[in-house]
Amino acid sequence: MNMILSPIPWLLVIPLAGATLTMLLPYHWRSAASVVGIFTQLMASVILWYQVTHYGPQFYAMADWQAPLGISLRADGLATLFVLMSSLVASACAFYAHHYLSLHKRANFWPLLWFLWASLNGIWLAADTFNLYVGLELLTFAAVGLVAFASDERSLEASIRYLYAALLGSMAYLLGVALLYGAQGTLAMDSLAETWQWGPTTQVAVTLILGGLLLKTAVFPLHTWLPPAHGGALTPVSALLSALVIKASFYILLRFWIEFQIYQFLPSLSQLLGALGAGAILWGGWMALRQTHLKMVVAYSTVAQIGYMTLMFPLLVAENSEASMLAYQGGILMLLAHAFAKAGMFLAAGNLIFCTGKPDLVSLAGMSRYRPLNIFAFGLAGVSLMGLPPSGGFNAKWMLLQSSFMSGQWWWIVVLLLGSLLSAAYIFRVFAYTYQETDALDTYKRPRLSLELIALSLSGISILLGFASLWPLEMISLPGPVMEALP
Amino acid sequence: MSWTDWLPLAVLMTSFMAATIIFMLPEQRHVLRSTINLGAACIKLILIVFLIQAVLKQQYPEIRLEVLPGLELILRADSLAILFAGLSSVLWLFTTLYAIGYLENSPNRSRFFGYFSLCVASTMGISLAGNLFTFLIFYELLTLSTYPLVVHRGNAASIKAGRTYLIYTLSGGVVLLLGVAALYALGGDIAFGDIERTAALVGTWPELMTIIFILLIAGLGVKAAIFPFHGWLPTAMVAPAPVSALLHAVAVVKAGAFGIVRVIYDIYGIELSWQQGFLFPIAVLASFTILYGSWRALQQIDIKKRLAYSTVSQVSYILLGISLFGPLGTIGGLVHLLHQGLMKVTLFFCAGNFAETLGIHKIHELDGVGKRMPLTSAAFTVGALGMIGLPPVAGFISKWYLGMGALEANMEWVIFVLIGSSLLNAAYFLPVLKRIWFNPQQGQWPLEVINNNRDAIPLLLIPALVTASLSIAAGLFASSILSPLGWAELITLREYLR
Repeated sequence: MNMILSPIPWLLVIPLAGATLTMLLPYHWRSAASVVGIFTQLMASVILWYQVTHYGPQFYAMADWQAPLGISLRADGLATLFVLMSSLVASACAFYAHHYLSLHKRANFWPLLWFLWASLNGIWLAADTFNLYVGLELLTFAAVGLVAFASDERSLEASIRYLYAALLGSMAYLLGVALLYGAQGTLAMDSLAETWQWGPTTQVAVTLILGGLLLKTAVFPLHTWLPPAHGGALTPVSALLSALVIKASFYILLRFWIEFQIYQFLPSLSQLLGALGAGAILWGGWMALRQTHLKMVVAYSTVAQIGYMTLMFPLLVAENSEASMLAYQGGILMLLAHAFAKAGMFLAAGNLIFCTGKPDLVSLAGMSRYRPLNIFAFGLAGVSLMGLPPSGGFNAKWMLLQSSFMSGQWWWIVVLLLGSLLSAAYIFRVFAYTYQETDALDTYKRPRLSLELIALSLSGISILLGFASLWPLEMISLPGPVMEALP
Repeated sequence: MSWTDWLPLAVLMTSFMAATIIFMLPEQRHVLRSTINLGAACIKLILIVFLIQAVLKQQYPEIRLEVLPGLELILRADSLAILFAGLSSVLWLFTTLYAIGYLENSPNRSRFFGYFSLCVASTMGISLAGNLFTFLIFYELLTLSTYPLVVHRGNAASIKAGRTYLIYTLSGGVVLLLGVAALYALGGDIAFGDIERTAALVGTWPELMTIIFILLIAGLGVKAAIFPFHGWLPTAMVAPAPVSALLHAVAVVKAGAFGIVRVIYDIYGIELSWQQGFLFPIAVLASFTILYGSWRALQQIDIKKRLAYSTVSQVSYILLGISLFGPLGTIGGLVHLLHQGLMKVTLFFCAGNFAETLGIHKIHELDGVGKRMPLTSAAFTVGALGMIGLPPVAGFISKWYLGMGALEANMEWVIFVLIGSSLLNAAYFLPVLKRIWFNPQQGQWPLEVINNNRDAIPLLLIPALVTASLSIAAGLFASSILSPLGWAELITLREYLR
């Protein structure tokens, strides 16, 4: 298709151009340029959504170079949903950052944000395994740069750890892809799926790829790099990392798992992934309950929530197509609800920390009186994360529960329900602190209303998803490579 | 779709809109906030009147929204829904009035009234829910919106009570979720009243359906404060008096009891529950809770704690009524849902008045209060006599029908439970009344508010007097169709004719 007419290339060109421009322009112009970029980006996402829902999956070869040489892109329902999700969340975080960061910090924030955005879109739209690698690497560098941005000693240490973990993950992935290429002779996802053959090389390749991606997604017990990185970063960065960045490697994992039908051949591996998910839910929840700093609670909550998403793998069972469909839809809905809820929660937490000037939970006393709107934003996000109705998180949990019932795997039901209680415990613990009335003097800083409203709207979306779940579910069920590969 | 189908949604929205607006109002806008609150309460009452008319004409307004493939949110007004929705909206009006008076000059009113409205919105959702999924959503929302009210005072005791409340209710919610999800997995989305489908399921999976029944009742039993799940209720009495009224009479415990009514009548069906032998264990558990609650109430020296244990006991009358197989027991249980609400809200209003006007919290401090606060004391007396079951107060009607129901169901031992409970009720209420009216005043009042030796301020006094009068009226005009008894008979007629 013509480059002008298709929004797909624009989704990569705009952020890359944005990154370059914001590096070169004088400080004062960078924000203005970025605002223009954000709006065109949102428009391109909406146009893509329109095209995919009306005309089916879209394909695009960059500069008309065809596979296997060129960069080919594809947008099915799943990819489109992720493009929309990242556009919305990233725009919200960008506007938040614009108000939150000082001029100097802001000026250096924009190029990194645009690189991050470009790599995310690259990953959602990539049609071959090597492009996915390029996207992952670019994402790593942008994300590590953003973590180091807080530029205190702890965040530098956290970013170095993050860098090592992420590089190790990418290396494993690259090695796996190289082996796959050696064994199958292609890098494109669709031809790999067609000619897929299990053999010793393929098995090693799959193991390496899975290991690398699990590390980058911070699946328990490979999660230790995540809490300091996400908890220590500047607030808008924490939101971006938790809501979007970890989803990228998860997305690749999911594509591999379904499109190459790994779930059909390695059912015991599915159970192992489920066990890791269960471990993440329980351990992440337990650790969140024991933190003394607000953002660390939220960061450990991410560890637990990744566990919920991972639970979809054992529920994708070849023999039961209905259960698999529910697991696929429930898992994606969980991911989507988490993206909005966690971004909203981090931003609300950042506002609270801005008010009190201290990062710990104890100093939150009296906050629910002083900043009720902000506590409400935190609470709405909490409702979705706990999986209480009405929220996207609840609907997702409901679908995973139904899928467990249908495939007769009752043990995941126990995990899901225990996990909800645990998440309720750590979220209400934060609430209890904000309701405390102490005799301490009320000297609080007032954040700008726009900061609170951005947090509230992100959390609000995670609640609205509880009433409008059908819309994303229909989108990811549009015909495409994933749907064809599901039983 | 006729215009009446929008009514259930409108009833829900009046409270939601009120909550949203109140949250956004600045703290100092007290008059505007009170106006919105009372305005919403009045509009809701008018809407309920329209709903009653529709239901009397055998139209059941209904609105649906598909939220997940094959799963709908249903709001539907049937006669049972109206019973609970009507009770809550009448009591909400008076509790709001009372709360405005009670919280005068105290901080955080914006937050309080916002969650207060949200709480009532959830109660409306619970009463108008047309399937278990919708019920579950609002049931959990009720938990979430009452937590900020329980911890409202922000001191160590209320934060601790809030934690206890959450541990109980969220665990109960998880058990309920498990039951609802399992039922859905077996039989899909079952609307309330579709008992043929459940009957078919029970035929296919009798054991599983029994387990699901136990899960549902246990999950709901936490809010209904059935023994041994009652521990949160006495702890939560540290909350302000209007919140206690909300917990004990208007919303929370009623939501649990109402849910159990729904499960027995509209999911499993009363006949099937009886045939499967589900009812007898509930009757035993309810009887035990009735006696146990009364016994514990007897030992309390704090007024609100005594009232709290009295609620534990009284709510189980509702369960006892529905577990007696036969129309009279059903009438007794359903009518007590309303009567207990009216009488208990009166008692909590009065307890609040004693505390606010004279600083009285303990029972021994009540000596001679009848002369100082005659109207509040009179209202308290009406409530207490009603709880004992003395005619013409409404409580007598409930007990009469429960007794008749027990005879009809050939469960004579229930009569002894009723007599025993009435004796215990008398034992813990009559000494209080004696102190109020006949004992002389002992020294100074603990913390007297200077108001020229008058009774409580009008905003606190009037709601108590109105609900006390309603408790008597419900007994005196029991034969009218719009009385609680009349409506309970209507429901029972439609239930047993089905």
